[in-house]
Amino acid sequence: MKKNSRFAGFYMGLIFFLMYLPIAVVIVFSFNESKLPVKFTGFSLKWYQELIHDRAMLEALVNSLILGVLSCLVSAVIGTLGAVGLSRIHWKSKGALEYISILPLMIPEIILGMVLMAFFYMLNLPFGMLTLLIGHTVFCVPYILMEVKARLAGMDPALEEAARDLGAGPFRAFWDITLPLIMPAVISGSLLAFAMSMDDVVISIFVNGPRLSTLPIKVYTQLKTGVTPEINALCTILLAATLIIFIVYSLITKKKK
Amino acid sequence: MKQYRNLIKPYLVWAFVVIVIPLILIALYAFTEDGNEVLTFSFTLENFRKFLEATYMSVIFKSFKLGILTTVICLGLGYPLAYIISKCPEKSQSLLILLVTIPEWINMLLRTYAWMNLLSDNGIINHLLGLLGISPVTMMYTDFSVVVGLVCNFMPFMIIPIHTSLSKMDKSFIEAAYDLGANKFQTFTKVIWKLSIPGVLNGIMMVFLLSISTFVIPKLLGGGQYMLIGNLIESQFISVGDWNFGSAISLILAVLILIFMSLMKKMDKDE
Amino acid sequence: MMNKLIELKNLTKNFDDQQVLRGINLDIYEKEFLTLLGPSGCGKTTTLRIIAGFEEPSDGEVLFNGIEISKLPPYKREVNTVFQKYALFPHLNVAENIGFGLNLKKVDKTVIAQKVERMLKMVGLEGFGKRDVTLLSGGQQQRVAIARALINEPKVLLLDEPLGALDAKIRKQMQVELKKIQQEVGITFIYVTHDQEEALSMSDTVVVMNNGEIQQIGSPTDIYNEPENRFVAGFIGESNIIEGTMIRDYLVAFDGFEFECVDKGFEDNEEIEVVLRPEDLDIVDPGQAKIRGIVRNITFKGVHYEILIETELRTYMVHTTDYAEVGREVGLKFGPEDIHVMCKMGSY
Repeated sequence: MKKNSRFAGFYMGLIFFLMYLPIAVVIVFSFNESKLPVKFTGFSLKWYQELIHDRAMLEALVNSLILGVLSCLVSAVIGTLGAVGLSRIHWKSKGALEYISILPLMIPEIILGMVLMAFFYMLNLPFGMLTLLIGHTVFCVPYILMEVKARLAGMDPALEEAARDLGAGPFRAFWDITLPLIMPAVISGSLLAFAMSMDDVVISIFVNGPRLSTLPIKVYTQLKTGVTPEINALCTILLAATLIIFIVYSLITKKKK
Repeated sequence: MKQYRNLIKPYLVWAFVVIVIPLILIALYAFTEDGNEVLTFSFTLENFRKFLEATYMSVIFKSFKLGILTTVICLGLGYPLAYIISKCPEKSQSLLILLVTIPEWINMLLRTYAWMNLLSDNGIINHLLGLLGISPVTMMYTDFSVVVGLVCNFMPFMIIPIHTSLSKMDKSFIEAAYDLGANKFQTFTKVIWKLSIPGVLNGIMMVFLLSISTFVIPKLLGGGQYMLIGNLIESQFISVGDWNFGSAISLILAVLILIFMSLMKKMDKDE
Repeated sequence: MMNKLIELKNLTKNFDDQQVLRGINLDIYEKEFLTLLGPSGCGKTTTLRIIAGFEEPSDGEVLFNGIEISKLPPYKREVNTVFQKYALFPHLNVAENIGFGLNLKKVDKTVIAQKVERMLKMVGLEGFGKRDVTLLSGGQQQRVAIARALINEPKVLLLDEPLGALDAKIRKQMQVELKKIQQEVGITFIYVTHDQEEALSMSDTVVVMNNGEIQQIGSPTDIYNEPENRFVAGFIGESNIIEGTMIRDYLVAFDGFEFECVDKGFEDNEEIEVVLRPEDLDIVDPGQAKIRGIVRNITFKGVHYEILIETELRTYMVHTTDYAEVGREVGLKFGPEDIHVMCKMGSY
């Protein structure tokens, strides 16, 4: 028995080591003195300093933040309304609608990106922030919609009936009762959507404009051409930011239970 | 009740414009020819015929090969881990599952980039090998590096569903199996494995879909010339500019995925 | 009694192809404690939801003080509901839950606070105002739900199996308290339950329903003692139901014997059914009774024994405090007033 559990522990450690190795490498070498990401020659913050002075990189960061906030706001509204609406209608086409609502998560990202690119081209939309925003809502809305829908499904329908019974019109019943109760799901879904938007490469590659660059796109192009350890520093910062979002997210979802 | 119906309208408009219309558009592209003008189209099956050429078939073949390989490795490595986690006390389980998911929250590019550092000819691993007196091994820009990247990126998608189905399994089933005289091995094959099959199928489906349609990982870890379906689609749209052919490939990929998924669903039902 | 408050006229309701109400006619009076009693799926909850305004009837009328209200939304009705699982708003505390309705009516904050205090006192939850509703026990949540409905001073309080989620001991205690509250506020209570004992102990009027139809309307005593048909007799308490013939007024025949009874008004020689309550039957020496049988089974039920006695034609159930050995031959004795004759009806 003991031998078994020691082996299990070893195996678990090994897999986690493989999963976290790349992350550790990035963090460690972001503080490396040398330019070559092979040997750790000494602790230094110089890549962070260089990063701060890299105009193009900062611009990309700002773009990503704007895009992330906008797409999660827009998606939160559309997704929440969609989830509430879907839970109330009893149309024959409801099944098809629900299928469409998760379609963007089933279709490979590359197809989505390409589909959107062709579509925007046909509409003659200038590729830039607007197309990026629309593109990002495609995968942000389903996340929010699913979270809110799950929350609504767990909600006692009698709660809203009770509100109407006590004198609330449909709008007040929604505003006073339903909305506060689904709010945790809206927020956690939006955080997820924000993280996804900040992270997205594939769809952004297809729908971004020639002059506009988001952070992941910037990183992607650098990775293809030539890398400076600055990227390690950037990635470490992003990692810290993602972890913060993740912690907030799990705190919210935990509270919900 | 009626007032709520209006709530859904913005969503309906959005879904129609951003999902339905573009998908129809792609189907249209796939069956037409002559550049990227929508108004002057003539129907053709040329795009699909072109796909049957040996060069493209080999890309499909390679994509499936790597997809299946990645899925099998993820299952082989992931199932034991999910099983071990499900055996842990409840409190540490949620922490361990958190540890499995955290890497997914970190940008895929970043993790891929780290593997570039580790695997390249004068990268960390070769450097360490050199210290041991072993001559450098070429790992970067091979099938090996691509599969390593895919496995590391998609492993959580295998572990999580398997763990879910293992952990929600009623413990009394296992006790009942012991009680009825099954030994540990029989209990695993006859009860635990059987009951975890829905999770396994779910994991297989996710990992396979992700690995067959990816293009960033093969491009970075396999090099510019490395071609999988994803890269083929991307190149048709971004560099070659043959949107009709690109659409046809996407359509074929989508159909293959649908077939694969319905096969998986059928297996799930049969179990 | 008092004035008619609610009249249901020929109410029907269809869900898809299924007819759940088949013509309900019912008058509900002021200050009445009325219970809709029946097995699940009998239409009692649907009837309640139509009165509350959550469902529209497919056909028929709902009159409130003589005015048709079946199309009126729930928030415009002078009716409030206590929901099955209470439906307390989890994001509001006890006082905010209770004050919810008044808040919507834009009542002055200090007035609301006073009224909430009074309500808390009435339901025995003084000092609970700031508590989180999700941390209350089932019984306490129940009280909050009642207070939240009553603070709006409705003309009618609807209660949808409100005690169903409570354990037996608290349920008994809440039954007493509900009755007390009803007398205190002096309004009509319409109470839905499938628990016959609950219905009989609390109500002024019991409405027994089955299959979307009303089977019998009457006081608890009437319903228990004079069930109008086999369904009511079977649903309310345990009983021996025997087919027989009404020879003439005050004389009935079943199981091959003639018995004196207290029922009249049937046609001579009409086919009828007889109800014999198990607790009305006595076990005597075989020579002292017309009906005889063998004791087949005896089970101790706490206060009494349940004895099954097999006669030539059927098995009778008897509740008695006397012990009888299995296998012994005994006689079954009952008086004229223990025989309840009812109309024969289609099979249930």
